Amino acid sequence: MSGGLYSTESNEFDKTLDLTKIKPYGDTMNDGKTQLSFTLPVTKGEEAIEAAKQLMRKMGFENPQVVYVQELMEGFTFFNCYGNCTHTVDFTDIDVPKVESTTMDMHETDDFIKENIGRSIRVIGASTGSDAHTVGIDAIMNMKGFAGHYGLERYDMIEALNMGSQVPNEEFIAKAIELKADVLLVSQTVTQKDVHIKNLTELVELMEAEGLRDKVILICGGPRISHELAKELGYDAGFGMNKYADDVASYAAQELSRRLNG
Amino acid sequence: MQRSKLGLDFEKIGHAKEVSKRIADDVQKFVDNYSTVAVERTLCRLLGIDGVDKNEVPLPNILVDELKEKGVLSEGVMFFLGNAVLETGLNPQEIAEKIANGKLDITKIPVHTKEEIHQTIQPLVEKSIRMIKDRKAKRDNYLDTIGEGSKPYLYVIVATGNIYEDVVQAEAAARQGADIIAVIRTTGQSLLDYVPYGATTEGFGGTVATQENFHIMRTALDKVGEEEKRYIRLCNYCSGLCMPEIAAMGAIEGLDVMLNDALYGILFRDINMQRTIVDQYFSRILNGFAGVIINTGEDNYLTTADAFDEAHTVLASDFINEQLALVAGLPEEQMGLGHAFEMTPDLENGFLYELAQAQMIREIFPKAPLKYMPPTKFMTGNIFKGNIQDALFNQISIWTGQGIQLLGMLTEAIHTPFMSDRYLSIENAKYIFNNMKSIGDEMEFKEGGIIRKRAAKVLDDAITLVESIEKEGLFNALEKGIFADIKRPKNGGKGLDGVVEKGSNYLNPFIELMLGK
Repeated sequence: MSGGLYSTESNEFDKTLDLTKIKPYGDTMNDGKTQLSFTLPVTKGEEAIEAAKQLMRKMGFENPQVVYVQELMEGFTFFNCYGNCTHTVDFTDIDVPKVESTTMDMHETDDFIKENIGRSIRVIGASTGSDAHTVGIDAIMNMKGFAGHYGLERYDMIEALNMGSQVPNEEFIAKAIELKADVLLVSQTVTQKDVHIKNLTELVELMEAEGLRDKVILICGGPRISHELAKELGYDAGFGMNKYADDVASYAAQELSRRLNG
Repeated sequence: MQRSKLGLDFEKIGHAKEVSKRIADDVQKFVDNYSTVAVERTLCRLLGIDGVDKNEVPLPNILVDELKEKGVLSEGVMFFLGNAVLETGLNPQEIAEKIANGKLDITKIPVHTKEEIHQTIQPLVEKSIRMIKDRKAKRDNYLDTIGEGSKPYLYVIVATGNIYEDVVQAEAAARQGADIIAVIRTTGQSLLDYVPYGATTEGFGGTVATQENFHIMRTALDKVGEEEKRYIRLCNYCSGLCMPEIAAMGAIEGLDVMLNDALYGILFRDINMQRTIVDQYFSRILNGFAGVIINTGEDNYLTTADAFDEAHTVLASDFINEQLALVAGLPEEQMGLGHAFEMTPDLENGFLYELAQAQMIREIFPKAPLKYMPPTKFMTGNIFKGNIQDALFNQISIWTGQGIQLLGMLTEAIHTPFMSDRYLSIENAKYIFNNMKSIGDEMEFKEGGIIRKRAAKVLDDAITLVESIEKEGLFNALEKGIFADIKRPKNGGKGLDGVVEKGSNYLNPFIELMLGK
């Protein structure tokens, strides 16, 4: 009987977690096990499988395994693969810029605004440029909110205006001036060919030209937006996946308080 | 007599349809008296005017804008074009080119009688109608010879931005089993008041809808269809400010399916309701005549409103959309009414409610190739769970006999689909459609159970809603935010300045001819 699967022989295996050299975990520390899938523009066959394996070695995987191969059409083959990642990352040396605020719930935020700002905050939001998606801005602003997190319209101490989608940057800024907004929220969903970067940058430039940039808290959000990217583009904060109205409202309230109260 | 598996009351359904017909008739009284810049440009296209000037402005726009600037658009392009043809002996394209070059002012040439103009224009109209009929016959011939996939048709999107790359993606999808290829439009095209020209290779989140792009894709799909022995339908978006123009382009190039829903444009693109309702009427006449299946966008209402509480708004809108299509001569067999209820996957018994509603819509619109679509809203980036969510929708689709299944993609909310995403999604649907093929014939729903009760409640609520819309009128109801929690003013939104009341010389012989009156 062969050993393998049911072997009770004790094997030497690595149990050490070294945070300066972390790698993927499959079912054993430091095994480096990674699953990936991709398509190569070649016809299915032994050569295609070998190409996939060689590519994985170049990506830094040992023991590349192609577990599933499917020809999508002539000249295109899809692979499901596993491999052991050879690279490591020093986790102790990681530095990610984060939005500096404590997330509070709606009532706490309302109370915070009453105590520290003493008037309601004016927030204007829009999905700007050619972006027709309202799902992001709606999730943050609409009364009902999203996934159990009430939207900004429901806050007693926030006057929220959701301008909807495809709002030109100029129109957005004009509305901000008209309503003396404290906070501007820009949502960007479509990211193909980096159209969101161009649009977000244009907004900052227009606001600087109007001398408005320092007078408001400028926030952007969307599934492909990170705080780091937002800062890089000249925004005060950025909110990505799994961030809700609570996160945005808490930050806006605390940041405004910091600015007004020093 | 039709039997309801849900115990639905067919008298109630009949009542709802009568009420909805009155809503549509009321809208039609308005529509009959108006035209729009888009309708007039459509007539230019139907008479063979195409191409752009040196500034890339389409010739139909040049002609219509000229009439609009001179304040005579109310008489319609047919009147002026017919008169110009009669007076100059040139054809419409030559006349349009002369106008573009500033060499002709068709408002300043001798005016012939309306009858003479009508006679002049008639052969041109008939030629155009023959062209559309021939194109339709080509599709019918394919369906008779190579045939088509079984329902629910598998509908997938391509959206590379480059029509030539789209062709590669579409061919792959068709070979994997897709029945309908939808070429997603570049973001924002719905708000352009012109149709771009020529083959295009740049777009954001989609590909520009142009007549040449339609032609390139249709030609490619014909070839794949012949090889796969299965007719592959092509879908595009006959919505936004160029609704009827795109319908005409689709009719000429042999498109098979068109998103075509004024209500969607009003609510989600803030297009003026008067404009788009007038545009929709002519676009549906064209779609109806050309044998194009329309898709309506009701499923989108529940991206902004609560899917469980507002399910009846979807049904109410389907009732109204059915009647607005019938008024335009579009047969029930071409009505891909949209539904699907975007309920959160966390909802207890959510599958049962979804099943109840899908079966309900099926029974209420028995002939329609219903368009069913799993929600993007609750896709999380967890592609593994996403594939299961799509599988649940596929089960409901085969169970309740939907007509067109818009396949969810496991990578939705992340990126436009990879070639492999489409494959996985088609594999998912084919597995379920085959494995559960006859489940709908086998299963009954328990009397007094969750499913029957849900369907009855949604129908009752929808009836209450259409009754209140009838009292208000559709326009007023939309102003009050009756659908999707979105309010739109009758005189607000985009495109209102392109609406014009028809004058005494106005003529559009296509309407009568295509409606067969």
